Amino acid sequence: MRRDIFQAIADPTRRAILVLVAVHAMTPNAIAEHFAITRQSISKHLRILSECELLAQKQDGREIYYELKMDKMKEIDIWLDQFREIMEKSFEQLDQVLFTIKNKKK
Amino acid sequence: MNLLFDFTVDKATSTIHITREFAADLDLVWDAFTKAEILDQWMGPKPWRVQTKEMDFRVGGRWLYTMISDENVKPTRYSLAEFLEIHPKSSFTTKNFFADENGNPDNSGFSFSITKNSFKAGAEKTTVHIEKKMSSLAELEKFVAMGYKEGIAVGMQNLDEYFETLVTNQ
Repeated sequence: MRRDIFQAIADPTRRAILVLVAVHAMTPNAIAEHFAITRQSISKHLRILSECELLAQKQDGREIYYELKMDKMKEIDIWLDQFREIMEKSFEQLDQVLFTIKNKKK
Repeated sequence: MNLLFDFTVDKATSTIHITREFAADLDLVWDAFTKAEILDQWMGPKPWRVQTKEMDFRVGGRWLYTMISDENVKPTRYSLAEFLEIHPKSSFTTKNFFADENGNPDNSGFSFSITKNSFKAGAEKTTVHIEKKMSSLAELEKFVAMGYKEGIAVGMQNLDEYFETLVTNQ
């Protein structure tokens, strides 16, 4: 199922889960202890985050651990950095164009 | 002159906010953002630049443009901005797509972003605020993923071109 990653991280509980597992991998039970909501809702949040590929599961013995999968978040940040830089450079060119037009008018 | 530049991202609402001051009066800055002959002079960092194919600046009209770096290479990707709202010398809002050279929106036809450009006259400066709302991060993420795939397959140049197209698709 296709999930919207923005929608996924817009939810405060899901953002908090990401922050928790960013530090170290955790079991669903350990994650649930941090929230005053049902274990069932935690499972739902974990499922959504997994479907967005923000969380990865790894098996250790009988326990399943969730850990943060960084790639997509990082890719988006890289894109945003590029976008910022390109806008910044374009605006510097616009400064020059404006300067030239103003001088022509004088 | 010190000119403010501010760039913030609100991931929760998938919106990018850009504020920039320009050392020119409102009339000139407005023209620089709405007239093809000026837009083509500054949009896109060197060696890339915007080349306008069509500009019809009125509500319901559209701006069809591409990014070029070499006059001899026929562009394959175009960007389309439809003008949804225009408040002269104050703001205009566009809906943005990727398109083919005739301005037919890309196969999937989805909108990549809604962009509102607002202009405010100051004493010696004009402030432009750009609010770019992505339709969803899933789409941005898909574009990014596509770009990386291309980048790996055919070298960094395509990735750069891809980024350029994304960036000017506002």
